[in-house]
Amino acid sequence: MKQEISLKVNGDTYNLFIDPWRTLNEVLREDLNLTGTKLGCGSGDCGACTVMLNGKSVSSCLTLAVEADGQEIVTIEGLAPSGEELHPIQDAFIEKGAIQCGFCTPGMELSALNLLQNNPTPNEKEIRLAISGNLCRCTGYNKIVDAIADAGQRMKSQPKDRR
Amino acid sequence: MPAPHFDYLAPTTVDEAVAALVKGGQDARIMAGGTDLMVKIRHRALFPKQLISLKRIEGLDAITFDEKSGLTIGATALLADVASDPMIRKHYPTVAEAAESTANVQVRNMGTVVGNLCNASPSADNAPTLIAMDATVNITGPSGTRSMPLDTFFRGPGITALENGEIVTSIFVPTPPAGTGTAYISVSQRGQLDCSAIGLGAKVTVDGDRCTDARIVVGACAPIPMRAKDAEKMLVGQELTDDQIRKAAKKTSEETSPIDDVRASAAYRLKVTAVITIRALTDARKMAKRNK
Repeated sequence: MKQEISLKVNGDTYNLFIDPWRTLNEVLREDLNLTGTKLGCGSGDCGACTVMLNGKSVSSCLTLAVEADGQEIVTIEGLAPSGEELHPIQDAFIEKGAIQCGFCTPGMELSALNLLQNNPTPNEKEIRLAISGNLCRCTGYNKIVDAIADAGQRMKSQPKDRR
Repeated sequence: MPAPHFDYLAPTTVDEAVAALVKGGQDARIMAGGTDLMVKIRHRALFPKQLISLKRIEGLDAITFDEKSGLTIGATALLADVASDPMIRKHYPTVAEAAESTANVQVRNMGTVVGNLCNASPSADNAPTLIAMDATVNITGPSGTRSMPLDTFFRGPGITALENGEIVTSIFVPTPPAGTGTAYISVSQRGQLDCSAIGLGAKVTVDGDRCTDARIVVGACAPIPMRAKDAEKMLVGQELTDDQIRKAAKKTSEETSPIDDVRASAAYRLKVTAVITIRALTDARKMAKRNK
């Protein structure tokens, strides 16, 4: 039986009727057309589907959309607050050359956000642990690690409201 | 291939959840974080007709600590919350480390310690430490509540002592006596990310140099997370020397019954179990001497 849910995604509220077996990943991509969130392994190993749920990074492929009812979600589309100016994490990824094919990038950047909002000056080991649930099949890890360290520095000098 | 279909219930009290589980019978499944259950459903290993989520039950995610009695971890307390809880890190550091060594950040932000136990994987990262620390499982079912030692909770791979309609509401870890040290060491191919090929939880209590109590619990080397009871006996009443630890570690390996699988061969497990038992007991001894 379809259930009525309300999702707050990137600040916008969506009221939806959905089947209870559908994942948050499916609803974001197929119903809300927010295709920045990717689907990789579907089993919580690769991190391509990472979104922020109530401020914490989760795998949207293992989250039922009904479970997210009433919760606050941030996807990669919501990372840049104005939609024009990029978030410091995005700037750092571009400038450090941390993007190759780009498939892992949305998940990587949200895992970076999850880390940096708790620890703005992580060391290399902390960064590598923080992205241990995100796979980059281009194997561009070193530049991603550099970018996250750089993003931490950038975020420290940003006003708080830019997350 | 379309996803398996099911209904979703989100009761707001434990009694409602139990009633739903009794009514749903074999077709119903309890879900906490869902990180194991959803994988099994999406990979078509399970076809429940009904999922009963515990997440909307208020207070079930509580982590409470009482200096005299001990620590209670609610059924929906996240792995990430257990790993970062200041009281747990201070008084039960190994419990926090075991939670931290489970899966990856995203899974720890969704999955729960109790869920990790209830899935009853022989390699469950949180089981060895909690068994070593004499944890008990608090259960609510159609005929009321009961509790049992975690040590006797596991009955086989994926099988627990839960009866029909029963739900684990929390796990309780008693305050260890003075002079107690614990350690958890796991070995796997991809660091903490994949299932452990071997997990080793150890606890020793010392009075001076003499060991007065010991637990050695091995994960992923038997159908359940198992205590190496003969090895434990070799330590109790003895001085905890390096030599005695080595002997107990050899015994530990002999007591396991590992298999060859994708994570490691049986031969590797037998050899490495002895090595990490030495390391875990040595770490536990060090902590025990600090905690005098």
